[in-house]
Amino acid sequence: MLLIRCPYCQTDRPELEFRYGGEAHVSRAQDPSSVPDAAWAEFLYMRTNPKGFHVERWRHTHGCGRFFNAVRHTVTDRFLATYRAGEPKPDLEALAREAAR
Amino acid sequence: MRFNALNLLRQAFGGNIGWPEQWRSPDPRSAYDAVIVGGGGHGLATAYYMAKEHGLRNIAVVEKGWLGGGNTGRNTTIIRSNYLWEESQALYEHAVQLWETLSQELNYNVMYSPRGVMMLAHNVHDVQVFKRHVHANRLQGIDNEWLTPQQAQEFCPILNVDPGIRYPIVGAALQRRGGVARHDAVAWGYARAASALGVDIIQNCEVTAIRRGADGAVEALETTRGTIRTKRVGVVAAGHTSVVMAMAGVRMPLESYPLQALVSEPVKPIMPCVVMSNTIHAYMSQSDKGELVIGAGTDAYTSYSQTGGLHISSHTLDAICELFPTVRRLRMLRNWGGIVDVTPDRSPIIGKTPVPGLFVNCGWGTGGFKATPGSGHVFAHTVARGEPHPINAPFTLDRFRTGRLIDEAAAAAVAH
Repeated sequence: MLLIRCPYCQTDRPELEFRYGGEAHVSRAQDPSSVPDAAWAEFLYMRTNPKGFHVERWRHTHGCGRFFNAVRHTVTDRFLATYRAGEPKPDLEALAREAAR
Repeated sequence: MRFNALNLLRQAFGGNIGWPEQWRSPDPRSAYDAVIVGGGGHGLATAYYMAKEHGLRNIAVVEKGWLGGGNTGRNTTIIRSNYLWEESQALYEHAVQLWETLSQELNYNVMYSPRGVMMLAHNVHDVQVFKRHVHANRLQGIDNEWLTPQQAQEFCPILNVDPGIRYPIVGAALQRRGGVARHDAVAWGYARAASALGVDIIQNCEVTAIRRGADGAVEALETTRGTIRTKRVGVVAAGHTSVVMAMAGVRMPLESYPLQALVSEPVKPIMPCVVMSNTIHAYMSQSDKGELVIGAGTDAYTSYSQTGGLHISSHTLDAICELFPTVRRLRMLRNWGGIVDVTPDRSPIIGKTPVPGLFVNCGWGTGGFKATPGSGHVFAHTVARGEPHPINAPFTLDRFRTGRLIDEAAAAAVAH
């Protein structure tokens, strides 16, 4: 079971308190009716699914109930960072360098 | 050397030291007519049918680990074709029909055992869904029947049909032609038969890049054992499909999750069939060694860790103990995880890609083993001819753009 740090509650809590929300920073088009099918497919279905650092959404369902984003390595399942929704995507290379130190 | 009574006797009296290697392990050549990436059951079956039915002999299978060391050796070996939609029924039924004669076809005992797959209903919604499946299957000539709880218990005597349990059994759907097979034997049998037809099977050979020419078409694979030139590549890489396809710049509608399974210590035969329960996340059968083979669910998050959280398998064992009280004191021998590639509509993708010469067979999610022969058979047609077989024609990558999805959300034994 993962231990996840909620960036709002500022505590490490067990995975069972959270819901996974898939890849983060996937945004819906501003003007949906003008978007071609391929772009809809990209938004709805295409996912990076990386073997390495993954930027993903979680929701602290059984805590504060709020959505936040996280960077996790998909081979070790180790979290490198969690940050509040709306904040920019962190620099993955810098995080990786920091983790290697 | 063929397996037959005469050769068995000869080898038995000769001390069993005369058996040759089951398949050749050549070094990769510098070029092939086609290369299959991934030496699991689906990849090896593809190569076998390409050689046998399409006459392609200058082909290779490259595998980053060892044969059948991925999901082929990690699944719970269940075979059935009781899917909802006509497209899926055609695909999985094609596979079941190939299973029925596979041991003879390969001259290798894959231990296919059609002992019946029974899926339990625990509430009104389950009853409606399963009855819909029963009717949909019977319209297509696929066997599937509805059982009362008492009939279910007659079919599987250790099943607890007490109406007082937390999730009582209110009925079951039974496919008698469903069953199990020995998963390792499937990989080995296809490898042996393909190798005998001239297919090079190259293990410990990981693809590191896909080289494309000025026109965008596939030109070569870079691997840990050197460059292999080829104009046709079939990617059959299961949980790692997104990683391999990214090498060619193709984004996939896939997410990879750990899926777990467990086996108990071996006991005498107590379970004559396969029992699955979608609703309470558990399924079980008994192997020929006597171990109870138990399938658990996927983790909530994407991962390539091949382990999965302990609370997932623990949750499944809670359900197993309630459904089969007699196994409560059994110890679990092993548990493990495999990485499954899940599509948004839970149906596979078998076909062409935007890159000329690059084909993909993926997205089998939590239920790929049952389809192994059929998947290989139609994908061999697709790679060899450059066009899909009628059976896999609906399973395109492009369906996520057109919207013609094949929604089999209830396909797996466990909720996603």
